[in-house]
Amino acid sequence: MAIDKDTVRYLANLARIELTDVELEYFTGQLGRILDYVNKLNVLDVEHLEPTSHVLEMKNVYREDVVKKSLPVEEVLKNAPDKQGNLFKVKKIIES
Amino acid sequence: MELASLTVHKLRELLAKKDISPLDICKSLISSIRLKDSRINAIVYFDEDIIMARARDAEKKDRSNPLWGIPVFIKDNICVKDEPTTCCSKILKGFRPPYNATVIERLLDAGAILMGKTNMDEFAFGSSTETSCYGPTRNPWDLDRIPGGSSGGSAASVSADEAISALGSDTGGSIRQPASLCGVVGLKPTYGRVSRYGLIAFASSLDQIGPITKDVEDAAILLKIISGYDEMDSTSARLDVADYPNLIKRDIHGIRIGVPKEYFIEGMDPDVKNLMSDTIKKLEELGAICEEISLPHTEYAVSVYYLVATAEASSNLARFDGVQYGFRFEGAGSLIDMYKKTRGFGFGDEAKRRIILGTFALSSGYYDAYYLKALKVRTLIKKDFENAFGRYDAIITPTSPTPAFRLGEKIQDPLTMYLSDIFTISANLAGIPGISIPCGFTKDNLPVGLQILGRPFKEEEILRIAWNYEQATEWHKRTPPINKTISQ
Repeated sequence: MAIDKDTVRYLANLARIELTDVELEYFTGQLGRILDYVNKLNVLDVEHLEPTSHVLEMKNVYREDVVKKSLPVEEVLKNAPDKQGNLFKVKKIIES
Repeated sequence: MELASLTVHKLRELLAKKDISPLDICKSLISSIRLKDSRINAIVYFDEDIIMARARDAEKKDRSNPLWGIPVFIKDNICVKDEPTTCCSKILKGFRPPYNATVIERLLDAGAILMGKTNMDEFAFGSSTETSCYGPTRNPWDLDRIPGGSSGGSAASVSADEAISALGSDTGGSIRQPASLCGVVGLKPTYGRVSRYGLIAFASSLDQIGPITKDVEDAAILLKIISGYDEMDSTSARLDVADYPNLIKRDIHGIRIGVPKEYFIEGMDPDVKNLMSDTIKKLEELGAICEEISLPHTEYAVSVYYLVATAEASSNLARFDGVQYGFRFEGAGSLIDMYKKTRGFGFGDEAKRRIILGTFALSSGYYDAYYLKALKVRTLIKKDFENAFGRYDAIITPTSPTPAFRLGEKIQDPLTMYLSDIFTISANLAGIPGISIPCGFTKDNLPVGLQILGRPFKEEEILRIAWNYEQATEWHKRTPPINKTISQ
């Protein structure tokens, strides 16, 4: 399939990435060529195959519900661009 | 004799005899780094005072520990407590993790000295170490060429004797391909062999941490230290860790090796092809039985990988949003605007491309046709290997179809760059272990790597083949010209 600028703009919005017009232009071309290449998968009949999302035999891993040591709050907050008290601080998200 | 040029096992001998101290090794590395790294740019974080203090401190520690006094460099996507860990991305500049990755805890328990962080493609997205926000690493064999990637800093530092050993991570070849292009040894363990706790995730079903070293025995020594179950990584395997260093020194008489015909492609460098023929002869001289095999779905591996890996990456990298750590764009209008501008400015081109591609593969309307289909073809690729390993103990291929390419040669063309991983990607999709070791040099004196793939959790088998080949050849003893010119 060909991918157009509107689709790339839509995907970038889903991914929460702001693109410049120049980026939008060349990403559209590059992604189009990559998708042309991966379309070679279409020659394979995969209908009856199981997907492999993980290579190991995986089962849910359970543990006892006990309190364990965790990082101190000040350590966790140490890298935050902005904080207040015990919290990460961001712009207001609920209009009053 | 420069200590910086020696192997882990040789240094252990000298340390045990008290001929040298950890401080001597660190001083030798520091002078090597001072001399060469301004040109190679393999190292992105390194503090001489801290290293000297650690080397002195080692004197007070238990000398019987298996890595006592042995320096190790760490790829910049593995968390080291309170030290910069940035994945070589602007978006993580300034980040200092509040905890150690499990592999770091294990190295420290074994007595190793942490030296600092090595350069890499941003978030491990690349095959050339050109997408790093700290600028590219250069190949010690030819400074106009790339070292491979994404663990290019780890491979180049070991090759240039700026490091004794290093850890890398491998999602589609990021340990093996740079090891090959820099003429050193790189091991990707079986998925689940080594804990991923504290490895900043790229593609969680593919990522593994592994060693990059000067020889095969060193890879076995490091693998033994970092392997094993970890309750912090629910995908780590509950299996015993083998005594790799002692299991590899047995002959390979009668071992059955498959050589997949699909790996001898058009566009392969003629020197690489000839060296592979020589390598097969050498392995046969050592008693191995080499036969042509088929892995029929090989040609689909790159397509599957760039859908599966980018889908997982788009999800994993959602956490970089300017809230908890790293860079935040100041002055945005709303929270959503802050996210978009933080990610727009913070990520480099390749990261943005892969996140967008992965978002596409997972998005409504395209999921079945792209992501789900890729997972189904992944089943075929995995089955190819299961069939082959029913009859063969190992599979050999070139690690890369060409030697190191020139800086800038592929960076403008992502698809061509992706195709440089063509021989290494399948092992990640199937979860099997693989090692790259030097197997010769091109006419231009550039190193070429042999890749040996094995059955899941049988690293000792590929290490054994690798060790036997290495003992019978001299390739691993060659050192890049930059090392010689400087020690004179």
